[in-house]
Amino acid sequence: MIPDVQLIKQGAEARVYLGPFCQRQAIIKERFAKAYRHPTLDKKLTSRRVIQEARCLYRCQKALIDTPTVYLVDLDQSVIYMEYIPGISVRDYLVTEPGQEAEAQHRVAVAIGKALGAMHNIDVIHGDLTTSNLLMRETSGAVVLIDFGLSYVSQLIEDKAVDLYVLERAFVSTHPNTEVMFAQILEAYGESSKASKQILKKLEDVRLRGRKRSMLG
Amino acid sequence: MIALGLEGSANKLGIGLIRHDMSTTPPTVTILSNVRHTYHPPPGEGFLPKDTAQHHRAHILELIRNALDEAKITPKDISVICFTKGPGMGGPLTSVATVARTLALMWNKELVGVNHCVGHIEMGRQITGAQNPVVLYVSGGNTQVIAYAEKRYRIFGEALDIAVGNCLDRFARVLNLPNDPAPGYNIEQLAKKGTKLIDLPYTVKGMDVSFSGVLSYIEANAKAWLASGEYTAADMCFSLQETVFAMLVETTERAMAHIGSREVLIVGGVGCNMRLQEMMGQMAEQREGGMVYATDERFCIDNGIMIAQAGMLAYQTGYTTPLDKTWCTQRFRTDEVFAAWRE
Repeated sequence: MIPDVQLIKQGAEARVYLGPFCQRQAIIKERFAKAYRHPTLDKKLTSRRVIQEARCLYRCQKALIDTPTVYLVDLDQSVIYMEYIPGISVRDYLVTEPGQEAEAQHRVAVAIGKALGAMHNIDVIHGDLTTSNLLMRETSGAVVLIDFGLSYVSQLIEDKAVDLYVLERAFVSTHPNTEVMFAQILEAYGESSKASKQILKKLEDVRLRGRKRSMLG
Repeated sequence: MIALGLEGSANKLGIGLIRHDMSTTPPTVTILSNVRHTYHPPPGEGFLPKDTAQHHRAHILELIRNALDEAKITPKDISVICFTKGPGMGGPLTSVATVARTLALMWNKELVGVNHCVGHIEMGRQITGAQNPVVLYVSGGNTQVIAYAEKRYRIFGEALDIAVGNCLDRFARVLNLPNDPAPGYNIEQLAKKGTKLIDLPYTVKGMDVSFSGVLSYIEANAKAWLASGEYTAADMCFSLQETVFAMLVETTERAMAHIGSREVLIVGGVGCNMRLQEMMGQMAEQREGGMVYATDERFCIDNGIMIAQAGMLAYQTGYTTPLDKTWCTQRFRTDEVFAAWRE
């Protein structure tokens, strides 16, 4: 790896480092070979995901959606260099600072909903929406969408609904008793997303799928 | 204290007796007996609820007698009778619950209805000593990535359509592999001879997975591949395992990263697949301090002991199921259970 880097997180996909890039601090996201995966499958997934991530980040950036700026994509090494944004994840915000005022939580929920609506408006599907992948800017508290490792472009209502469903599941499992906040996210989403009526209706269908859904809903 | 556990939510009928010696802290747990009888439909077929329930009814009394004999105890030594309340197939569940109720009335014992998934988790924790792991629960009917928080086992990821074991079982039917000892086991053995990796659909949505696409794709092409000789049955088994297991390991790792956990516990019937265990181990090796816990077929595959264990833990907190609440349910989510026994 490049010298002077500091590992800040190892996700399921990649190791994320903080290090220098052209005289500034940058996030360096390196997808390393997964020993458990068949090499052919691993190469296919890794190269596809590096490209998708860079493309979707760029697409969001063009549409003025708050996301890290891509500096450089090194396809051979499966590394993406991108803007470092100081802040904490929504997960840490909810876990380490419990019992915030309802008003503060509401503000965050609205910001999340608006960001997701804007992202879906340009047909970007995040693919891995969790509270770990929503960052709050240290400076302004604005919500930044990060980690587009599983993202792709699609116009399908279905894909957008599943995207929301993935977030809902991550939300209620990671942060018990935050159903109110998720409802606020959907409300803000509904106001900012173009096809929100159909998407939210589809979300209800998606919720009812699966083999072991509770009869009670 | 001794618990009798009765399990029959799918095609395995399992009876287990477990003792918790309460004079030590934590209680010393001894497995007194763990017997099982499996219903195997002919190759190319799955097990139907009606036939499976008939199998359970035909064997349960003999199996309970065997369990008592093996444990060298009599009914009066039993403190509580635990049975599977759900999830599972309706017919098989109720055929076993009827026996549980009858025994409880005859022997004058308390009843505890147990969630099947929680049974798997508690048995896995007991056997492996894993403290607070991310749990991958994989079987014929369930695919869930679970972690404990605030008195409940919470589901972080799961199959959006069919379970991974269902995907494997149904593919085994396409190849007409025997259901004895288990379709998944026969796929695992055949996969060892596979060499070519087929490019199959790979569907991961955050911490959720989907297997219906990969199954449809391989089902639709299997005959043509075999006829042309492009891929052998072994190649298909190999490719299917490599693909679906990679999806499972990836989502498990994502949950670990999200929660900040280092331990993984694999439970459920598919969990005794050695290739899955190996891949999970390789994933853990690439994570700092990563640890994998798994059990063998005695505890991985559905059994009565796990129901006895989970029931006993609930019973020790004062929980019992009154007779009029001993109905079964096909749908019973893991996170509906209040885990009063957990810290």
